[in-house]
Amino acid sequence: MAEFWTNFAWPTVTITAQILVIVVPLLVAVAFLTLAERKVIAAIQMRKGPNVVGPFGLLQPFADGLKLLVKETIVPSGANAAVFVAAPMLTFALSLIAWAVIPFDAGLVLADINVGILYLFAISSLGVYGIIMAGWASNSKYAFLGALRSAAQMVSYEVSMGFVIITVLLCVGSLNLSDIVRAQETVWFAIPLFPMFIIFFVSTLAETNRSPFDLAEGESEIVAGYFVEYSSMAFALFFLGEYANMILMSAMTSILFLGGWLPPIAVAPFTWIPGPIWFVAKISLCLFVFLWVRATVPRYRYDQLMRLGWKVFLPFSLLWVVLTAGVLVATGWAPR
Amino acid sequence: MAMLDRGARSLLLAEIVSGLALTLRYFFRPKVTLNYPFEKGPLSPRFRGEHVLRRYPNGEERCIACKLCEAVCPAQAITIEAEPRADGSRRTTRYDIDMTKCIYCGLCQEACPVDAIVEGPNFEFAAETREELMYNREKLLANGDRWETEIAANLSADAPYR
Amino acid sequence: MIIQALAFYLFSTVLIAAAVMVISARNPVHSVLFLILAFFNAAGLFVLMGAEFLAMILVVVYVGAVAVLFLFVVMMLDIDFSALRQGFLRYAPIGGLVGIVLLVELMWMATVWAVAPGASEVGVARMPAAAQIPNTQALGLVLYTRYVYVFQAAGLVLLVAMIGAIVLTLRQREGVRRQDIARQISRPRERSVELVKMPPRAGV
Repeated sequence: MAEFWTNFAWPTVTITAQILVIVVPLLVAVAFLTLAERKVIAAIQMRKGPNVVGPFGLLQPFADGLKLLVKETIVPSGANAAVFVAAPMLTFALSLIAWAVIPFDAGLVLADINVGILYLFAISSLGVYGIIMAGWASNSKYAFLGALRSAAQMVSYEVSMGFVIITVLLCVGSLNLSDIVRAQETVWFAIPLFPMFIIFFVSTLAETNRSPFDLAEGESEIVAGYFVEYSSMAFALFFLGEYANMILMSAMTSILFLGGWLPPIAVAPFTWIPGPIWFVAKISLCLFVFLWVRATVPRYRYDQLMRLGWKVFLPFSLLWVVLTAGVLVATGWAPR
Repeated sequence: MAMLDRGARSLLLAEIVSGLALTLRYFFRPKVTLNYPFEKGPLSPRFRGEHVLRRYPNGEERCIACKLCEAVCPAQAITIEAEPRADGSRRTTRYDIDMTKCIYCGLCQEACPVDAIVEGPNFEFAAETREELMYNREKLLANGDRWETEIAANLSADAPYR
Repeated sequence: MIIQALAFYLFSTVLIAAAVMVISARNPVHSVLFLILAFFNAAGLFVLMGAEFLAMILVVVYVGAVAVLFLFVVMMLDIDFSALRQGFLRYAPIGGLVGIVLLVELMWMATVWAVAPGASEVGVARMPAAAQIPNTQALGLVLYTRYVYVFQAAGLVLLVAMIGAIVLTLRQREGVRRQDIARQISRPRERSVELVKMPPRAGV
């Protein structure tokens, strides 16, 4: 009995507690990200944004959540019910499970696996399934068009994202996310690999279907894209998933290029601040850029989107992989 | 050289960066939002809002039931019935405005010879049922009593331009 | 150990069930979705074996890219199920025959298979123990040294396949106006706007 307790029950309890410690703040962050988005875009458009519900509108996300919760879930009669219901759950679950490998500080990670970056890449490439399933199961042409657009778009940008990740891996010599951060102790990869940093960031915009690559939603031409037919909590799950994915992609950008939990310069006033705070600050910075770009750039036309992905980013990132590999080998900086 | 310039510009994303810089400048600009229920924007004296029926200062109602407003109303929102009163003067017995039909064109107040029907400055008269928007004579006169000060000020402000 | 065993049986059971559903599901889209589920469980089995790199590559390549394109195509097919089922009985004997031949061959292989003496040692020598180096590195050490030519040949085959697909599908249509964005945005002001002195009352 004691063995059962130490080997199974206790680990289960601790792991569940750790998961909750990650997921609950994440969901709160998602809620406030929706508020932050409205506030930032409002500020750029010289408005104030939501400021009525609670002080500075801080309770707005909870009011929105409550509204969605009490609405009626509608499954269209022509829909494929099982897939229709599974799609939002899949989207939401995928946006959460990726957080298992994100290191918040040296050693502060739920699962410190060797292939962490590949795991993140795999999870982000699965995000497209929620969208395709939703679009197909809705039995609506707008939803289907949105799903097709997003499938083609995500597959295209995944390729250049993969090359960017390879460039970083060449400099690190490990797939472990903690090792990637530790390799940036001298200099953040955003500086030597600056063009890759930009390409990666733009690809994450495309990967999360955010403006200017939000053709999957495209409210001006295909109503709301893949989630036209969704209402209530099913819609809320898509919404939460999209924003959690934004945060995840920002975390990935911070880890790969902005030195994760490391302070900008390892001198006294910066090193006093603990790692997780630096990490959160970097994520917030990336998220701000997400919102800033949304408020600045109009939506891409579809053929331009494909041109950018295949004819600009792909050759450029491929060239940079070759260049980086050449420089690393020639100078002997390549990690052993 | 021009080609080099163009190449450098597109490689450095000059246009996107300048666009982002512009929006970032706007991010710090003072906001123009009016905190609506607590702050309101200025209204022109000619603003055409909710209708009122006005009275003379001695309390006598202005409307003489000439039915010019009923005739001119393009939306046919006004219905008037009239009879001589006990003292022999012509007055309405019924003056209804269907506010759901009204298009707030202001022709009724232009047509009125005695400035009785006026569109006042009130625009916050949303109701929860349609029935509440079928205004009758009593409602319009009550509105007149309530908004008389503002309406008189607006009319006198606008008078020099008429 | 019990947890590993439980996970193994869970993954295998779901994998086999999903594989059965792939061929028995009525709706082709459901088939593809079950195929994805099968890939996932296969990845899970790889993880249990300690081959996490292979597991992740399986998910990234097959689930993340290949199956998306599968699903893409299957979703857009307009399939008439009654027409599909029409020829079932007619082709059932041939299909069954092929199946039986394959089964016999497999069983034959399984019964006559013999491991060469010393083969197990060769395998051990080639592959370092999982505890010593991460299996990503182990894979690279074998792939880029011993099998480098095979690896390159596989790459060449894929390249040829890609070029072939492009050659087969690429067609040049006459009279298509293409947008050249670089030319559009690089057009100088002098070439696009012209100030003309108009004599008064002359019209355009």
